[in-house]
Amino acid sequence: MKKTRRLEGIIHGCFLILGLITVGFVLLITVYLVISGIPAIIEIGPKEFLFGKRWASTAAEPEYGILPFILTSIYGTCGAIAIGVPVGFLSAVYLSKLAGRRIRTVAEEAVSLLAGIPSVVYGLVGMIILVPGIRKLFDIPDGASLLAAMIVLAIMILPSIIKVSMTSLDAVPKEYEDASLALGATPVETYFKVSVPAARSGIAAAVVLGVGRAIGEAMAVMMVSGNAANMPGLFESVKFLTTAVASEMSYSEGLQRQALFSIALVLYVFIMLINALLNGVLKKRGEK
Amino acid sequence: MNIKRRLQSVMAAVMAGLMMVSAAGCAGNDGGTIATDGSTSMEKVIGILKETFEAANDGYTVTYNPTGSGTGITAVSEGRCDIGLSSRYLKEDEKEGGLTETILAWDGIAIVVHPDNPVSELDIATIAAIYTGEITNWSAVGGNDEEIVLIGREAGSGTRDGFESITGTEDICKYRQELTSTGDVIVSVSSNPSAIGYASYEAVQDSVKALRVDGVAPGEDTIKDGSYAVRRPFVLVTKTDEPLSEAAQRFFDYATSSEAHDAIKQAGAVPVE
Repeated sequence: MKKTRRLEGIIHGCFLILGLITVGFVLLITVYLVISGIPAIIEIGPKEFLFGKRWASTAAEPEYGILPFILTSIYGTCGAIAIGVPVGFLSAVYLSKLAGRRIRTVAEEAVSLLAGIPSVVYGLVGMIILVPGIRKLFDIPDGASLLAAMIVLAIMILPSIIKVSMTSLDAVPKEYEDASLALGATPVETYFKVSVPAARSGIAAAVVLGVGRAIGEAMAVMMVSGNAANMPGLFESVKFLTTAVASEMSYSEGLQRQALFSIALVLYVFIMLINALLNGVLKKRGEK
Repeated sequence: MNIKRRLQSVMAAVMAGLMMVSAAGCAGNDGGTIATDGSTSMEKVIGILKETFEAANDGYTVTYNPTGSGTGITAVSEGRCDIGLSSRYLKEDEKEGGLTETILAWDGIAIVVHPDNPVSELDIATIAAIYTGEITNWSAVGGNDEEIVLIGREAGSGTRDGFESITGTEDICKYRQELTSTGDVIVSVSSNPSAIGYASYEAVQDSVKALRVDGVAPGEDTIKDGSYAVRRPFVLVTKTDEPLSEAAQRFFDYATSSEAHDAIKQAGAVPVE
């Protein structure tokens, strides 16, 4: 009896330590980012850093304005959401409610596979197919642009949107739908007016996941967006917050390196804000 | 309480084990350490030389501090490292200040365009004008009526630094794309008929066309004899009147010997004779 209790205690302790490891990492990263990100912001000046329009980190007189990166990240993520959410959400409704079992199995496999493709592969395919495609389609000199990045990101966030939406749509009690059908609503009316509202918190969670993945992606974006520090435009070559850090980190030194940490800090704050905002929205809806 | 104590002892055991392992690793090192400091562009060359040298000479360690040519030159004159690395020639006053340059290899940079591009020769001034945005259409240099798409490398890249310093376009290039690897530059140029890019000479493949510069095509010989203009030296900087340490001399001899040629080529540079 005593032995079991002791064993329980040990296991409990192990779990506690493992749980604390995660918390520890989050704290460690946060503290590290703040400590290494703040000095450059102070040295450059918060206003010049956040709202400066020119980034020339290796110039003789360096300038560190990251407004182009911030706007690009926001536009790029919004674009990816605008393309990816409707497609992903409607696919989820179809697969969850309308599709036959065989189609559903095949489609689910495909979605899982899509989620497993490494981001560098998305980037490579984007670079070889999408970028020249955009160049020809819109008759512009070069296809590496914000639009290309949006499309790649949209495809990359599809799996999480479809999967999470499907799970929540599947979880809607069948009685709700039966009641709606019995009252004379058509199946499609039922899905959009009963099932979807009932599953909305899950669908919102899917959007959060999508935003999170889109804003944090670096590799694939770096390969299709051109990486020039321009103010964002649909057909402009642009640099994201993530790619700004990733592309310069390896050779950077001094203030440039510190400024890259500051960019990472800004990105981190962004993701925190987005998570907090969307969690807040979710909770409010849940209470209603 | 018990659990805590037990965990502590386990941790202590693990730590002790790790320390023993690392101590054992250090004990074999009686050869010596060679400290190099300088040009970030030489990272690849030094990296490969370090690997091959350390593999062949047990007990020797080469360290490399990527700080930039200027810092490397200062470091060697102040005695903070054994060998300074510079991707430019030493200035006269630096030589008079007691430093010697030994050219280790040449870094040739090829200017590449799409194979379908009718342009196959440019001079340095035109290349500079193209990259600074003075010339924006291929028709101005005898090509098709297409806007020129400038493809380059990211800030801090050695190839970019080399290209810009040779063409005199530091910080004023109007890049459309800044890519992070030579491979990406080649792929982008090969998929866009109106693109121009630059890449280390060794990395150029058939999917792109390397331009002749001032009438000379890039090749090992033309880079070596200097007739191909877009090249720069990789220099080992040492003190003129102070001998190198035994370990550093050994590395220096290896790096400048013909034994190291394959390694240097592998790193994308052209070895001197």
